[in-house]
Amino acid sequence: MLGKLTWSAIPFDQPIPLVAAALVGLVLLGVIAWVAVAGWLPYLWREWITSVDHKRIGVMYVLLGLVMLIRGFSDAVLMRSHQALAYNAPGYLPPEHYDQIFSAHGTIMIFFGAMPFMIGLMNFVVPLQLGVRDVAFPTLNSVSFWLTASGALLVNVSLVVGEFARTGWWPSPPLSETTYSPGVGVDYYLWAIQISGVGTLMSGVNLVTTILKMRAPGMSYLRMPMFCWTALASNLLIVAAFPILTATLAMLTLDRYLGFHFFTDEAGGNSMLFMNLFWCWGHPEVYILALPAYGVFSEVISTFSGKPLFAYRSMVWATLAICLLSFTVWLHHFFTMGPGGDVNGVFGITSMVIAVPTGVKIFDWMFTMYGGRVRFTTPMLWSVAFLVTFVVGGATGVLLAIPPADFVLHNSMFLVAHFHNVIVSAVIFAAFAGYTYWFPKAFGFTLDEVWGKRAFWFSLVGYVWVFTPLYVVGLLGMTRRLQHFSVAEWYPWVVAASLGVIVMIVGVVCQVVQLVVSIRRRDQLRDVTGDPWDGRSLEWATASPPPSFNFAVMPHVEGEEAYWAIKQRAREQARLREEPDYEPVEMPLNSPTGIVCAFFATLVGFAMIWYILWLAALGLAGAFATFVVFAWRDRVEYEIPAEAVARINRLNRASRLEALQQARRKEAA
Amino acid sequence: MTGNAARPPCRWGPVFAAAPRLAAATAAGLTLSGCQMSLLNAKGPVAADEANILIVASIIMLAIIVPTMILTLVFAWWFRASNLKAVYRPDWAFSGKIELVVWSVPFLTIVFLGGIAWIGAHQLDPAVPRESDKPPLRVQVVSLDWKWLFIYPEQQVASVNELVVPVNTPVQFILTSSSVWNSFFVPRLGSMIYTMRGMTSQLNLIGDQEANLYGLSTHFSGDGFPHMLFPARIVPDGAFADWIQRAKVGPPLDTASYGELAKQSVADVPVTYGSVEPDLFRRIVDQTIPKGPGPGREGDNGAPPNVKPKGGS
Repeated sequence: MLGKLTWSAIPFDQPIPLVAAALVGLVLLGVIAWVAVAGWLPYLWREWITSVDHKRIGVMYVLLGLVMLIRGFSDAVLMRSHQALAYNAPGYLPPEHYDQIFSAHGTIMIFFGAMPFMIGLMNFVVPLQLGVRDVAFPTLNSVSFWLTASGALLVNVSLVVGEFARTGWWPSPPLSETTYSPGVGVDYYLWAIQISGVGTLMSGVNLVTTILKMRAPGMSYLRMPMFCWTALASNLLIVAAFPILTATLAMLTLDRYLGFHFFTDEAGGNSMLFMNLFWCWGHPEVYILALPAYGVFSEVISTFSGKPLFAYRSMVWATLAICLLSFTVWLHHFFTMGPGGDVNGVFGITSMVIAVPTGVKIFDWMFTMYGGRVRFTTPMLWSVAFLVTFVVGGATGVLLAIPPADFVLHNSMFLVAHFHNVIVSAVIFAAFAGYTYWFPKAFGFTLDEVWGKRAFWFSLVGYVWVFTPLYVVGLLGMTRRLQHFSVAEWYPWVVAASLGVIVMIVGVVCQVVQLVVSIRRRDQLRDVTGDPWDGRSLEWATASPPPSFNFAVMPHVEGEEAYWAIKQRAREQARLREEPDYEPVEMPLNSPTGIVCAFFATLVGFAMIWYILWLAALGLAGAFATFVVFAWRDRVEYEIPAEAVARINRLNRASRLEALQQARRKEAA
Repeated sequence: MTGNAARPPCRWGPVFAAAPRLAAATAAGLTLSGCQMSLLNAKGPVAADEANILIVASIIMLAIIVPTMILTLVFAWWFRASNLKAVYRPDWAFSGKIELVVWSVPFLTIVFLGGIAWIGAHQLDPAVPRESDKPPLRVQVVSLDWKWLFIYPEQQVASVNELVVPVNTPVQFILTSSSVWNSFFVPRLGSMIYTMRGMTSQLNLIGDQEANLYGLSTHFSGDGFPHMLFPARIVPDGAFADWIQRAKVGPPLDTASYGELAKQSVADVPVTYGSVEPDLFRRIVDQTIPKGPGPGREGDNGAPPNVKPKGGS
């Protein structure tokens, strides 16, 4: 009846996961109870859970990303503190638990922390920057989000029901085959990633279509803001690369469930195939994360320098070059397989070539600040810190791309320090820069700058403090994933890195405090104009938060930096644009399709992990039925009358006019 | 790598016990020259060449990134909004000359480093034999769950978790795995390489100074992975011959004892075998000997067999 699922699946003998899960469960129940008692459930259901509005979905993606970043960070705290106590000693985590933690850390940070955060920012910002009312397929967007949430849920369920993979975040065979990993851990990984991967792929299709087909009149490709370009490149990579991951994991699933031999090193199978396929996805994945991050920095640096992005066209070329080149470098993940001088030489060079467009971007951001009036707000601090720290990660990356250097550094703590150096500097810094930058657009009030700067400084110092010792200990020959060690000269560096984590914890706490303080002080932090940073692209042309239809009338774009031109004209003429002729707006109806689909997908995943076949069949049937019901729906859209559109838009015009006159009075004085 | 004494199950024990060990280890760790594992302190020409490439490439890149980091901070600070002396050029967004430089600098750097990568990938290819006037020593390496088996086919001895090679003699390693992937690496000798079941990989190294080193696995292979640290000694010819003689008295390594060895376990004390069944390595590679059995199907929700972390020294 319940397949492999028995009471023994719950690790009653391990206090850490049980207590952690109990705490999280209590907090979740508390939040749900609070929401229910306050009577907000109908509101949440109507306005958020079933919403197909790209802004709401974007916000939910970012929220999921934030929560999962904290979850992944707690794994990091466990790993670092454990290793500091594991010199000639067992530490406090037994190997079977420690191995799950580093696997979960990587999986959660990449798939459920960084990915939702970046996809959330793109979802929220891209349609606004393009001057359109929604993404191409709004309901599909909701399905994408909820499937990603399903995957995150499954990974977290593994904490208390069964176990997570003990193989590392890429489950490389033969270790991940049933002979060497007979438990449910790898199955949790496979189903969680497959379900969320479907969501990611659909999200990629959605955003590519939106950018290619749905720009405001006059918004030609070379007038798109940089963030839209990087979003386009990133989503093209999603569309091209995620099917490889899906196919690879499907093959591993067939190996594990039906005794196939794709990767078993017997009966014709070969585990090297997995490594090739996984990194054919895995390296583009790095750029799927990094490209939107580059877009965020482009927007932030340009806005807070009060200048257009330097060498915009050059940046576009660099973005597209990275997009293409990212598919030519995957072999550098296994130079040490021994493929020979020619193969290693070629892939060493292609891996280095990708540093050229990246270097160009760094210099162009530098020259964007040159001749500007730089305002050091929190988003700008993250961006400058990125420029300074990221070049170190880039340089160590080029170092690792030299095959003979990789022969001694591969899989070492130096490599761990390198990829954290690039991913934290680029993706995490961009995530928080973008979060602070676009928060007022989403909620109508800015985030508290004092706590934001505290969070920034503690995070930056902690991050440099953690990873500098790890570079050194890598040069001392330390390899990754050691549950304990007995080499004396590694020990002080391991301890030093662990102390840095304490500083990072303070940074994370400040980040949480910032949100709480800002919500409490929202009236003082209110942004009435919709343009709190003196922005340059179209998202700042509408109110904060934007109305559900984004723009009362479609903006007409006449050059790069669409909104900057409009604003300059308003400043020169001391008046706003002529009031447009308002027309009724058609918007898509909300739909519970996303969450219902995801509910059934979660059932399928959980049932397959535990071999509860009837439940899996039920889940599949339910998901298909949901799709049929959605496909046969009668009403697709609802209409917002012209008067309502006008009323909403006039409110924003009034406060913008007020701000304009205030600025002129200040200038006159 | 000493002792197997279990620590008392005291909750704060590890924290208190850590302090004196940290002090002792800090003294050792801060002086890189005294290191057993440092990549920059080579004991053979392969490792020396690799360390050189590391250093040269790092210097070249530092020459570019340090000025970049400084300029970034200088630009950001000088052009701060409150600095009235800085010239504000709100429309300045392109310069052909600057673009030429910003594309050329990374490009030329990569041309140069790409040359190093291409030449290095060929000269230091692990499969290329090292030149020497001495005949090479052949060592067959099998990664097991979770220990290393070294077979000396010409000497007809084998050892578990102890590698001994004569100084100034090229060593031809041929490597495979009994179960999952591992990666064989002696940091101060040079290049690591994967071990994979049903396949062999080749690695050629040479030690040019007598030394007591350590080797390890650098590809995660399961719960006993950290126990794959092993001593690797580079000794004079005479000492090598002595070690072979001493090894000869050990028990034989045949299909049956290999089968025992292939089971999941750890070996913190090296073991030697006095004779090796002919063709054992070939049969491991072509899989006519059963693969490492893994943990078995049941009981995987609990602790796996026989991997208890070592106690304190």
